[in-house]
Amino acid sequence: MLMTYLKVFLTGGIICLIGQILIIKTKLTSARILVLFMCLGVFLEGIGVYQYVVDFGKAGATVPIIGFGRTLAKGVIKEVSTKGILGIFTGGLTATAAGIAASVIFSFFVALIFKPKTKHS
Amino acid sequence: MNKEERNKRYLAYVSAKSPKTEVWPSLFFAFIIGGLICCFGQAVSDTLANWFPYMTETELGAWTLVVIIFITCILTGVGLFDDIARFAGAGTIVPITGFANSICSSAMEFRREGIIFGMCAKMFTVAGPVIVFGIISSIIIGVVYLFL
Repeated sequence: MLMTYLKVFLTGGIICLIGQILIIKTKLTSARILVLFMCLGVFLEGIGVYQYVVDFGKAGATVPIIGFGRTLAKGVIKEVSTKGILGIFTGGLTATAAGIAASVIFSFFVALIFKPKTKHS
Repeated sequence: MNKEERNKRYLAYVSAKSPKTEVWPSLFFAFIIGGLICCFGQAVSDTLANWFPYMTETELGAWTLVVIIFITCILTGVGLFDDIARFAGAGTIVPITGFANSICSSAMEFRREGIIFGMCAKMFTVAGPVIVFGIISSIIIGVVYLFL
């Protein structure tokens, strides 16, 4: 139990640490970091490596945006094997639909309800 | 003053004025906050697995993300997220919180330009590239797997 959470913490922490090192070293903006990590996730799942990271780190590997890319790739791979060519188009978004739809709907209502605070600093 | 020299002086001015991030503390906080967010995700996933034992791992993962995204959007709405993100750096950008926050903060920021052309159109200023590249790369993977 505790061991699991330690692994989750380590995996998630290290992935974020890599992101922070990239930000400091290369001054990449957050949009580029997100795109980079997401593509990395698609690639790693594509070559079949990321499953080992998920087995070790569980949520530590699926909560970062790399996990989002991994879900995209996983969905495509699964749907290609069941639906064939159409699966190429439907697989990715079907698998990640929950995350994208949740982000859109919650953001929509939050933006309607809350007024942005003026940025201090 | 010629153009080259002016550019040089301008760049020096910018780097002097732009906020300095302390390297070691920022690395430390990115690691800690990132790890904690993932632990929270694991806790959500474990709790759901307890409540609904019939759920598959894929469904659990999706639910976990939905819960984290919900909390992120609320925290962004009340303005707390920026306070955390200021010292957490990549610790909040790299987890799915960064994706949700980028949509939510853009939506809030452009709300005053109207609902359709402000909020809805510009919601994806940061998340759009992520989705576009995600779809393109997943299609590439799909094509590769089709011929394997």
